[in-house]
Amino acid sequence: MQAQGVWVVNMTAEDLMTATAGGALIGLAAVLMMATIGRIAGVSGFASRLFPPYADDQLLVRVAFVAGLIGAPLVFTLLAGRAVPVSLTAGAPLLIVGGLLVGFGAVRGGGCTSGHGVCGMARLSRRSIIATLTFMATAAVTVFVMRHVIGG
Amino acid sequence: MRVLASFTSGILFGLGLAVSGLINPAKVLAFLDIAGNWDPSLAFTMAAAVLVTFIGYRLVLRRQRPLLGGMFHLPTATDIDGRLIGGAALFGIGWGLVGFCPGPALAALSTGSAHVLLFVIAMFAGMALARWLDRSAVAASSQANPTGGKA
Repeated sequence: MQAQGVWVVNMTAEDLMTATAGGALIGLAAVLMMATIGRIAGVSGFASRLFPPYADDQLLVRVAFVAGLIGAPLVFTLLAGRAVPVSLTAGAPLLIVGGLLVGFGAVRGGGCTSGHGVCGMARLSRRSIIATLTFMATAAVTVFVMRHVIGG
Repeated sequence: MRVLASFTSGILFGLGLAVSGLINPAKVLAFLDIAGNWDPSLAFTMAAAVLVTFIGYRLVLRRQRPLLGGMFHLPTATDIDGRLIGGAALFGIGWGLVGFCPGPALAALSTGSAHVLLFVIAMFAGMALARWLDRSAVAASSQANPTGGKA
């Protein structure tokens, strides 16, 4: 537990470097997508359109992006020689409610962390800036309530 | 070629999620937990991703069309409405409850965890519900307005 009234920051120099390098890779992926096929690298947009009804003939392009995304941690393990740490503590009810909210909210709001948070912010889109500020705020409040009000 | 380019982008994107730790819900929740044992590193991930994309888009969008043909598909909507803010707000609540947003959840499927799969199935159900609501709204408005104007 942290001391009362003290703002605790927990980040090593290595965290800072890998976080920044990872972000740069995400940016490169977004630029590659725009340069080659002219689309925003929005994960929720690609994922939600994997299922019918189809409005265009780009299904294979979407399948390929999602397949790359799913395969990437295996590539990481091959290159780095270690597994990717994924620590998920939520139980089944929370996973279901959280998944429904994330999926519904991303499509309703026209984008998620990638489409609004990265690509839209980079285009200085007002909609994306407002969406990003909104979901960052509700996410932070949710974690605060879960950890310090309910879980306190 | 388009399929290969998209696949490569997916791999790069997922590597970025793995390298940065955005794929790890525990790290995401530590980033969102400003009042707790705060790990701000993912702010640098977002900043680096936005900066690289900002510069890259400036260079790329000078071209008339994408390298592999077709045209640039850029969002044209500008309205700040209840759907945008309500959708983003709900998305954030779900993100804060679990620590997964869509990209990391899909990438984490590779761990073979049944918990990740459960989240992803619920996420696709939520997406399908939002799309279905959209179509119902469009159908209702085209019935009320047979000339097909946007409501």
